[in-house]
Amino acid sequence: MSGLLLHLWHVTLGTILDVLPIVIIIFSFQSLVIRQPIPHMKRVVTGFIYVLLGLAFFLVGLEEALFPLGDLMAKQLTDPAFIHGTGNLSDTLHWQDYKWVYLFAASIGFATTVAEPALIAVAIKAQDVSGGTISVWGLRIAVAIGVGLGISLGTFRIVTGTPLHYYIIAGYVLVIIQTGYAPRSIIALAYDSGGVTTSTVTVPLVTALGLGLASTVPGRSVLIDGFGLIAFASLFPMLTVMGYAQLSRWRASRNNVRVDE
Amino acid sequence: MLHIIRPFIDSFRDLLPIILVISFFQLFVLQQPIPHLEKILTGVLMVVIGLTLFIRGLEMGLFPLGESMAYAFARKGSVLWLLLFAFALGFGTTIAEPALIAVSAKAAEIAAEAGVIGKTRAAMESYAFGLRLTVALSVGLAIVIGVMRIIRGWPIQNLIIVGYLGVVVMTMFAPPEIIGIAYDSGGVTTSTITVPLVTALGVGLASSIRGRNPMTDGFGLIAFASLTPMIFVMAYGMVV
Repeated sequence: MSGLLLHLWHVTLGTILDVLPIVIIIFSFQSLVIRQPIPHMKRVVTGFIYVLLGLAFFLVGLEEALFPLGDLMAKQLTDPAFIHGTGNLSDTLHWQDYKWVYLFAASIGFATTVAEPALIAVAIKAQDVSGGTISVWGLRIAVAIGVGLGISLGTFRIVTGTPLHYYIIAGYVLVIIQTGYAPRSIIALAYDSGGVTTSTVTVPLVTALGLGLASTVPGRSVLIDGFGLIAFASLFPMLTVMGYAQLSRWRASRNNVRVDE
Repeated sequence: MLHIIRPFIDSFRDLLPIILVISFFQLFVLQQPIPHLEKILTGVLMVVIGLTLFIRGLEMGLFPLGESMAYAFARKGSVLWLLLFAFALGFGTTIAEPALIAVSAKAAEIAAEAGVIGKTRAAMESYAFGLRLTVALSVGLAIVIGVMRIIRGWPIQNLIIVGYLGVVVMTMFAPPEIIGIAYDSGGVTTSTITVPLVTALGVGLASSIRGRNPMTDGFGLIAFASLTPMIFVMAYGMVV
């Protein structure tokens, strides 16, 4: 127990250090340039303390419980002995043999994104600003599906060893084409959702999966092939969020047609 | 009583998918028991408390702060100071970002492996620091461009398409070892504290400038912050 508290203390100190530059910048601009007190100063400071403590608890909890297990599972699932199953170890592996890896990648990508605090923040803001047209849960599920698809495809790329940039460039082309058809109001939010998905929860688990896979698949280099999963996870949510907006618009217009009749 | 418990239940629901996925794979696919159950339960409890506190603090502190600064800058009417603030915020939050520190150390390892730099500790540390500086500069620049876009009302897709072209062109010339790291660096720059603050700033700016719509113009700052590092990291890989 005392080990846990010590860990919590260290992480809290670390979080404070991370936030320090932000606090210094805001404080100096506030006092030198804006020259006005921050409204509701006490409440804002309390909020900041909540955010710091919250993040510290969150990180320590993840490190205690989920990361070690997720890490272990990534290693076990990518272990050739598991992938061969009861079959003959001398058989060469095909990309189909990694089906549990793809499924794990998709579901862990989805699940970690749902719990991603930065995404919750953006979703709350989006629901506020859109007046409820975009719901917190709708956006989060759309982004989570995107991350799941992206990471799953990313593991397929590591298994097959095709160059990363082919996928990313093809993804860009799709994003640009879909931008032409998506409702104008969603575009900026969709582009943002690429960047917010990958922080505290997703990155460590996904990195473990990528490195584990690259180190066990024959012919892959950990250094070159182990990276790139994050890039997939930032690309696909743009497509699914625009898709979500298109779906909502289509459903709304279908309802309108019914009312007209 | 209910309004105290309610946020904790919400946080637990946010976490539920991870618990389900991990239990399913552990128990049914790998067919192994879950080790250290009480340690895991303590961890889950801490995550739930942490997430609840974070979201409460977000609504009390980070959101109002970002918005009030946006309004104050809009009232002041000085674009130069606003852009300077935007740059400082982007640069300052990125340079100390732990995920970035980890990625740049990894990149230095790759560069040493590929023989681009010497395998000495000093060479790798200076390479990693240079990379961090590059990414932080690029994020600072990204927030400046993003704020300019909000002020002027430029459509975001034009800028993003130009950025994508930049990424594609750089990919053709950059050394292959750096490409994976460069593509990933876009995702790691935006931390959990920066995102709400920057989003509130953007939405606040768009709502206080006449003719701008907070929905179409307010978002998009994070998008720039995830795009420019890819270009700059590849450039760094070519120059060094």
